[in-house]
Amino acid sequence: MSKAKYAALPYLVWMVVFTIIPMLLILVFAFTTPDGGFTIKNISDVGKYTDVIMKSIWLAAIATAVCLLLGYPLAYILSRQSARSQQIGLMLIMLPMWMSFLLRTFAWMTLLEKTGVINRVLGMIGLGPFELINTSGAVVLGMVYNYLPFMILPLHSIMVKIDHSVIEAAQDLGAGSMKVFSKVVLPLSMPGISSGITMVFVPAVSTFIISKMLGGGSNLMIGDLIDMQFLGNAYNPHLGSAISLVLMVIVLLCMSVMNQFDDSEEMEGMLI
Amino acid sequence: MKRHKGLSRLYTGAIMVFLYLPILVLIVFSFNRNKSRGAWTGFTFDWYLKLFHNDAILSAFGNTLIVAVVSSVFATLIGTAAAIGIYSMNKWMGRAVRTLTYIPIMSPEIIMGVSLMMLFVLMRTKMGVPIQMGLLTLILSHITFNIPFVIFNVLPKLRQMDKNTYDAALDLGCNPFQAFYKVVIPEIMPGIMAGFLMAVTYSLDDFVISYFTSGPTSQTLPIAIWGQLRRRVSPEMNALSTIIFVVVLLALLLGNLSSIQKERRERKAVRI
Amino acid sequence: MNDVLIDIKNAVVEFDGERVLNGLNLQIHDKEFVTFLGPSGCGKTTTLRIIGGFIEPLEGDIFFDGKRINALPPYKRAVNTVFQRYALFPHLNVYENIAFGLRLKKLPDREIASRVGEMLEMVNLRGFEKRGVGQLSGGQQQRVAIARALVNYPRVLLLDEPLGALDLKLRKEMQGELKRIQQAMEITFIYVTHDQEEALTMSDRVVVMKDGEIQQIGTPQDIYNEPVNAFVADFIGESNIIDGIMIHDFLVEFCGVRFECVDKGFGEMQRVDVVVRPEDVKVVSPEEGQLSGVVESILFKGVHYEITVGAHGFRWIIHSTLPQEVGSFVGLRVIPEDIQIMHKMEE
Repeated sequence: MSKAKYAALPYLVWMVVFTIIPMLLILVFAFTTPDGGFTIKNISDVGKYTDVIMKSIWLAAIATAVCLLLGYPLAYILSRQSARSQQIGLMLIMLPMWMSFLLRTFAWMTLLEKTGVINRVLGMIGLGPFELINTSGAVVLGMVYNYLPFMILPLHSIMVKIDHSVIEAAQDLGAGSMKVFSKVVLPLSMPGISSGITMVFVPAVSTFIISKMLGGGSNLMIGDLIDMQFLGNAYNPHLGSAISLVLMVIVLLCMSVMNQFDDSEEMEGMLI
Repeated sequence: MKRHKGLSRLYTGAIMVFLYLPILVLIVFSFNRNKSRGAWTGFTFDWYLKLFHNDAILSAFGNTLIVAVVSSVFATLIGTAAAIGIYSMNKWMGRAVRTLTYIPIMSPEIIMGVSLMMLFVLMRTKMGVPIQMGLLTLILSHITFNIPFVIFNVLPKLRQMDKNTYDAALDLGCNPFQAFYKVVIPEIMPGIMAGFLMAVTYSLDDFVISYFTSGPTSQTLPIAIWGQLRRRVSPEMNALSTIIFVVVLLALLLGNLSSIQKERRERKAVRI
Repeated sequence: MNDVLIDIKNAVVEFDGERVLNGLNLQIHDKEFVTFLGPSGCGKTTTLRIIGGFIEPLEGDIFFDGKRINALPPYKRAVNTVFQRYALFPHLNVYENIAFGLRLKKLPDREIASRVGEMLEMVNLRGFEKRGVGQLSGGQQQRVAIARALVNYPRVLLLDEPLGALDLKLRKEMQGELKRIQQAMEITFIYVTHDQEEALTMSDRVVVMKDGEIQQIGTPQDIYNEPVNAFVADFIGESNIIDGIMIHDFLVEFCGVRFECVDKGFGEMQRVDVVVRPEDVKVVSPEEGQLSGVVESILFKGVHYEITVGAHGFRWIIHSTLPQEVGSFVGLRVIPEDIQIMHKMEE
């Protein structure tokens, strides 16, 4: 079977052409001028957008934290159900993901608009209208709504692996329900938490759709900056590459912190 | 214990309301006569009829299917071969290639999108490759992000396989090629199918990468949706969401039913 | 019985630079039942895989019926294998699993049907043709694996710990079954196991291996009664292995006492290992004993008692049908024929 390893050759060639080289292009563009000379001006120009970058990280971090707080109990509850209910529960959680996330975000526009459903309902009892859409809060809400399943699924898949007898053993040894949680369930679910955080934070910090649709003009994110440099009015792929590079560094930092709790073999299972 | 159960149900219910309320609102408003989204003014099917005469949406739908099917077929072929290759590699090399395979999955979509866009632009402008942004670039990009999903669906099936079955096939007279298609391929078929389906799903749903790699004449459904959403309030999108939701729901229910039936058949068979 | 079928000459195999077979020489005769016996990592499965064609030796040669077959791929060898955990094809039913090799040979359907039928008969699985292999018990899967290999009429059947996954009772049953099948088919069986009892019950010859080298080749009786070194003695059944000194031919000293023995040719005043089987030590009164000591423990083992006696600085293991009182003072006797002298193993 030793010759079989060459079956991966087409894939490796494909990867080099369509993943490695494009990534290197970003690196090259970030450090060059339009006529091909070396420069660090693009990178230093990114400094002008520090507030946008910090805000992106901040909003994504809040959304990730909210997802964890909302998702963890649900994943735990689900993991203690019968196999049949778990299957149904997981299906219900995944079903919205199968709809285009543009449409899901669009649904929130319908709800949050000034003349939207929520303001109408509040208006009936004499409240509002409130400025719900075009706020940072709306952006965070959109992120939570879109990425909550990404938190629940890895958490659930690690929690079903926790053998119930381990919990019983802890109870047998005198742990109350709080102790069982803090000493057994939480440590054992760490790999799920870390991959859940990665899987929510990475798309959240790099989104540009949610901020465009729910954030109005005032809540720019890193993704919007990149979009503007490549397909927008500000056209400048060199600066765009520099910003992309910064985004990549943020993502890699997040992943390397989170990977401390994780080994890659486990991850394969979670992604699927 | 009873109290816990009630609390769990309440919590699960609340999350489900959060997940499904926006979709429900979309569905309700898809039958609303009024164009504005806030108020209910009467029942109509108009938006569905308009949707079926919306050429942009219809041609985009065709494109989406072409891109999804073609890219998934190629991704499945390349990815399955790659998985077999990775499986046959030694520990060190296998790990290196698997790490490489995480790049497209874990890096932000926007970076995949802009990097591929840069590649295609440079191929045309600097290397003289006549490649226009269009269906071809979309398919190439979709193959790129779909291959890893195939690999990570097929690899576990290969690992589950008893290593000796391949040897047994050789022992019984297969040459290595026959051993692959008579024994290895049938055994990993469920993984290949799952990978293919996952690739189709991701491809149908992809917006961000398509956004950067499609041309003006080759929109996919998500890009057409984006165009419609940006221009004006369009209740046709409510109708489209409703249709997609119902189709996905039916597909999932059918898939689930058939898997239940299969389970029953197997259980029956074991009893005999 | 004497024609050599497989001849392995000086075979060397390395995995990742580590030597697993260290210049192995072995001849296997036609129609014999040979067992490779040894602890895990001794090279027994590797030897089997050389014969099967799954590994090519780095050095040395392997001849089959006089022809060199070092690089001959498995599918061109007149050898079939019953794999550990069976390696049945999960997507095929019992009939198709067994017919697999015949279909590759493109035999006519009628012949395939009759040969598969014959094999199902042989392994007592008539009526199971249409079953999926996932629905069979371990023992039934085992039988399918055997039938699937034998249906090709190989000259040699290789069995890699085939009974390892079965429970004790089923194992005993299958041991007899395998021996019967071997005799009925009149072919060579090469059997790998780490279970010494299995090896002794079934084999015509046993090859005891350790660290990629053969320790001893012989009939089960030879191996048990005349182990060539302490490793073999220890691996084949329980033994008392004591440091001794060969005073001269027919006289050995251990535990500070001189014993007559039947071995010679070790030289004078040579350090040796002395092996005495537990059932060969007689418990007698202290006055009658060549050695004497205190009974430390006694365990009832069903057929016999296992008694340990601390005597002259050594803890003797004794199998006896008579119980002894723990703490009592007893004598021990060994007759010269039951004392095995062997060269010290090089450490």
